[in-house]
Amino acid sequence: MSLWLLAWRRFLRDRLGLVSLVIVIIYVALACASAAGWVARDWADEVGVSYAPPRFLGSQVEEAAAHGAATVRPQETHGIADPLAEELAEIQASLAGATGTESRATTLAFGGDKWGRDVVKKAIKGTETSLVVGLAAAALAAFLGTLFGAVAGYYGGWRDDFFNWLYSVFTSIPYLLLVLAVAAVLNQKGIVTVILILGLTGWTGIFRLIRAEYLKHRVREYVLAADAIGASDARRMFAHILPNVSHIVLVQLSLHVVLFIKSEVILSFLGFGVGVDTVSWGSMLAEAPSELILGMWWQIAAATLAMALAVTAFSLFTDSVRDALDPRLQ
Amino acid sequence: MSLLSVRNLRVDFETREETVRAVRGISFEIPEHSTLALVGESGSGKSVTALSILGLLPATADVRGEVFYEGRNLIKATKGELRALRGAGISMIFQEPMSSLNPVFSVGFQIGEVLREHLGLSGKASRQRVLELLGEVGLSDPEGKLGRYPFQLSGGEQQRVMIAMAIACEPKLLIADEPTSALDVTVQKQILELIAELQRRRRMSMLFITHDLSLVGAVAEQVVVMREGEIREQGSVAQVFGAPRDDYTRMLLAARPRLDAPSPARAGGKETIVLEARGLAKNFDKVKAVKGASFKLAKGRTLGLVGESGSGKTTLGLLVARLHQASGGSALLHGQDTLSVPPKTFKRAVQIVFQNPYASLNPRFSAGEILMEPMRIHGIGAREVERRSLAAGYLAKVGLPASALFKYPHEFSGGQRQRIAIARALVLKPQLLICDEAVSALDVSIQAQLLNLLRDLQDEYAMSYLFISHDLAVVKSMADEVMVMKDGEIVEIAGADELYSDPKHPYTRTLLASVPG
Repeated sequence: MSLWLLAWRRFLRDRLGLVSLVIVIIYVALACASAAGWVARDWADEVGVSYAPPRFLGSQVEEAAAHGAATVRPQETHGIADPLAEELAEIQASLAGATGTESRATTLAFGGDKWGRDVVKKAIKGTETSLVVGLAAAALAAFLGTLFGAVAGYYGGWRDDFFNWLYSVFTSIPYLLLVLAVAAVLNQKGIVTVILILGLTGWTGIFRLIRAEYLKHRVREYVLAADAIGASDARRMFAHILPNVSHIVLVQLSLHVVLFIKSEVILSFLGFGVGVDTVSWGSMLAEAPSELILGMWWQIAAATLAMALAVTAFSLFTDSVRDALDPRLQ
Repeated sequence: MSLLSVRNLRVDFETREETVRAVRGISFEIPEHSTLALVGESGSGKSVTALSILGLLPATADVRGEVFYEGRNLIKATKGELRALRGAGISMIFQEPMSSLNPVFSVGFQIGEVLREHLGLSGKASRQRVLELLGEVGLSDPEGKLGRYPFQLSGGEQQRVMIAMAIACEPKLLIADEPTSALDVTVQKQILELIAELQRRRRMSMLFITHDLSLVGAVAEQVVVMREGEIREQGSVAQVFGAPRDDYTRMLLAARPRLDAPSPARAGGKETIVLEARGLAKNFDKVKAVKGASFKLAKGRTLGLVGESGSGKTTLGLLVARLHQASGGSALLHGQDTLSVPPKTFKRAVQIVFQNPYASLNPRFSAGEILMEPMRIHGIGAREVERRSLAAGYLAKVGLPASALFKYPHEFSGGQRQRIAIARALVLKPQLLICDEAVSALDVSIQAQLLNLLRDLQDEYAMSYLFISHDLAVVKSMADEVMVMKDGEIVEIAGADELYSDPKHPYTRTLLASVPG
């Protein structure tokens, strides 16, 4: 029975781990469905009135919304006729015909945002963005960290010095400053950019751990034994040592998914994240401050709920994975 | 009147999968002022027995039965009572002195702690007592040792400190759990003498736990032989060793290689030299690990290499296998400098078996993968199916069934793992096999089987062995020629029988005199 199978059996006995695994799977499935266009494809449609309240809150909030709408009514003209009034009326008439504002719903299942978009659909679409960013960036960081750590730890010498120097440079800069600096250099908005930013700056912790593991394993007898039968350096590094440290990579990978989901939120909140044509939990939160002042809490609630559940489930899942993989080798 | 009496002691460990019955109803008595030896191989339950006396087992252990000490049943004693007893009435010495001492406290502080806890001594009185104790356990310069930290002491000195802590409160019973297993043979002798002398002088009783039968005669009057949680035989040392009644005891006594047995040394004649070392040297920074080793090894012969830890024997083995780069000198394989032999050719000619079978097999590879890897690298066998059947063949050679192919290292015992490691070396049909303490980590009965296997394989494949070990008796049972190493230097090379019967170098004589039994 291989060690992976044993680990899986240990994992199956962990109730909390299983529950969190199911939640993580649901999230991933949701993100996949959203990416395939089966759900939330129409998230950008302005289906409700501006700040449409959740359906279960009913009319009292509707009044507030109506009040809000009243403030944008035509102002007092002081007897001066608007020279463009006719053209404006024409444009508004044609716009009304095209988008059908009259068919907008006054309430939505869990409310709408400023443009009347459904926050539930936004949250689902945001899940896709955030998970893609989290997973891809963590994969990139884990790949870089493992590769650098393997080379530095296995060979030692000048390679080790070089990567340690690189590590020191990256860790000596405050994290947020570094992230913003890379964002400024890349000077583009979009999911790929965010993944690159997080992946290129986030490998350091994994590097440090993997380097230490390689330092420890390269002098182990099984590696010497592999050397004795003529296995090449690359084979020893990746076929022999890597499977023995892969549980660490795996745990770090899922820890970093959580970390990067949160980082993406921060980036988007600060305006360095995804572009205006995409939605993420971070960009939803970025819209929240101005809404909260008006008492419109549903967008921040939707984003926070989705994020908190995902992050908690992922963290618990990571803990269980770590417990299951802890190799108690006889 | 016995000081400690164990009656029908049972210890079970509950795990998720199963209940491990570590000790299955054993009874023995330790009389006052005498020593009982508890002997057994790994997994026999001897350490568990010792720990259960002091209530030191983890909570997962289910302990039943009775352990009477001065009329009190220790199994039913409260935690507080046991704590008061530990160190004062009964104290214990462990196997690994390095890991039993706290590395961040000085030696004086750690011994003083025992005195503070149990006797309430402090200040000058405590210091005075610590100095007396350090003197009593034979440490030179006790004043100077007081402020030292464990890492500044040698293994033997550390074990002396542990003994000083154990006897600090004048216990009536001393439990020594493999106190010399981690030590070199010369140091082992000194520590054994010290323990035996302290036992006599202080009129303590002692429970001496060991896997090494040859130590028993030197310290104990009574002996208990354990296997798989049960007592196989007990009685006086003279009776058990002189006329063992139990098959297992007889097997244990027979399996142990003896110094007085003849070596298998074969007569010289026209020999082809497989390997010749000329002044091989290795420096690690300023430390000279190997200082110019020269020797010759003939085809089909075994060259033994003995030495204590730190003598450089493993480094020399790794140099010969080219797993370390030599700092000086050269090695010739069939008269050709090994550095000019292409790596792949060299690796096929020279293979190595390491000491620890738990560490030398990749835990993520199945036995089949372990054996097929060298075939893939060296292009042995055309297809996967062919390689698999070859691997099964080698497993059969080392006495393992073909079903072992799909199992992983953690599913094998230590002896079986070492068989896999030997099979892996065989795959390349080497001319020279380096055995670096290849049987040292194994129980004596398993050790005997593997030594036989190695002898059979040597005859079949006409391999030469460089046989490295700290155990002089094991080396004698294998080698045609033996070299003795000390501080990186080969101090003596001679034919096996000659070296053991008529050692020339003083160090060789010291080594031989230290061997117990």
